[in-house]
Parts: sequence; C-alpha cells; structure tokens
Amino acid sequence: MQFEQFKLVDRIVELSLAEKTIRAEGVVPLESTIIDNHFPGHPLMPGVLLIESMAQTSGWLLMASLGFERMPLLAQVKEARLRNFVPPGKLLEVEAKLVHEGSGFSLTSAKVRSEGKPVCDATLMFRQMPFPTSDLQAGMIDAARRMGLPKESCLDV
Amino acid sequence: MSSTFDTVATIISETCDIPRENIKPESHAMDDLGIDSLDFLDIAFAIDKAFGIKLPIEQWTQEVNDGKATTEQYFVLKNLCERIDSLVAAKSA
Repeated sequence: MQFEQFKLVDRIVELSLAEKTIRAEGVVPLESTIIDNHFPGHPLMPGVLLIESMAQTSGWLLMASLGFERMPLLAQVKEARLRNFVPPGKLLEVEAKLVHEGSGFSLTSAKVRSEGKPVCDATLMFRQMPFPTSDLQAGMIDAARRMGLPKESCLDV
Repeated sequence: MSSTFDTVATIISETCDIPRENIKPESHAMDDLGIDSLDFLDIAFAIDKAFGIKLPIEQWTQEVNDGKATTEQYFVLKNLCERIDSLVAAKSA
C-alpha cells in the first residue's frame, strides 16, 4: 500500500467475472506520514482507509465487469463495521462480491481480513459513469495490468 | 397497479423515512417527495429486488436530458408503477 498515492491494495490475487468476485491484498506500510500521525506512538491503519481498500478492490471488480468502458464512483457506504485494529506491516486480504448490477449503479459486499481475523466489512454502492477522458481510461487499464488483473479482463486500448 | 403502488410506496417510505400517508399515486418522487438522486438509487435497488427487474434509470434520465420525455412520465409514482408493471410483464412474456 502507498497511502500518499492513495493506493490501498497492492495487487489483485484473483478475479472471477463468472462468480463476480475479486480478492486483493496489500501490506500496511511501516512508514507513512498518515500512520505516523494516527496515532503518535500507537500507529494504526485509519478506518476510513480500510473502507477505501474495500472500495478500491470493488472498483477493480466493477471496472473489469464493465469491460473498462465505465468507471465506478463510490456513492454510499452501508453498515460499515470496523472490527479489529490493524498496525503497520500487516498483510490485509480484501474480498468483494458484486451483489447487484442496476442501471447506472452497482452494489458490492466487501470485507477485509488479516491473519484470518475479520478486520472490517461493508456494503458499498457505486454510481457508474463513462470515463471522462480516454487518457484516464487508458491509465486505469495500465494500472489494472500492473495490479495483476488478468489480461483478458482488460480492454485493449 | 394498486399492489405495485403499495409495494413502491412502502419502499419509498422505509428508504426515505417519508410517512406512508404522504405518498400518493400522483406524487412526483423528486418534486413532491423531495427524493434526491442518491436516495433514488436505493429505491431503484429495492424495486429491482422486489420485482425482479432492472429499472432503466439511465435511459430515462437520458431521455429527460435530451428533451424526449418529461420527468413526470417516469417519476410520478402512478407512471412509475405502470412502467414497473410493463417491465414485469415483458420479463414474464
């Protein structure tokens, strides 16, 4: 993870468009100005960033399921539960499942675990919109490939 | 239609915390009930689930934006319910 780059998962471990599921993982950085200040002498990954990790993982799933023709934007976080604290250096496993594909919106169910223990979970709603620019679309596809999204899931642009 | 309206009115009441008695077939979801676009996504989700359909909200919004339809055609509840009934019938056909 790179908090300052707002990268909240390191790589995509598994994607199933048939099952509409994704698994990703990331290591909480040992050093970061955010961690240093949350909290001084007692560093913990902020809860809002845990939620963002679920949103980003869901986002990769949704972009892949939409053929990278549209981008999802987080619209609602429903019933988020932050169950355990996470210190720096821990590996987080993030899972998301598409639970509803509406007209112009999607819902995912997502959760984070670390060392087998539940860390957080939530239902997330996203609006879908066309990529505002082709550069952004291409950039997201490049990023998806670097993250390990299967090549066949990425649109050729 | 009345059963469809009852279901939709209950969904709106529970989703948006609007008293059930204030929700009428003639009510405009946005103009009369004050439902915003985010709340309407929740309502659309609940309607999709309740009726096993996919409300074509994007298409409706586009038609309104293009001046090909009015918001009343889609978002006055009695009209919305007629469209839900049509979508359910089309799915069953």
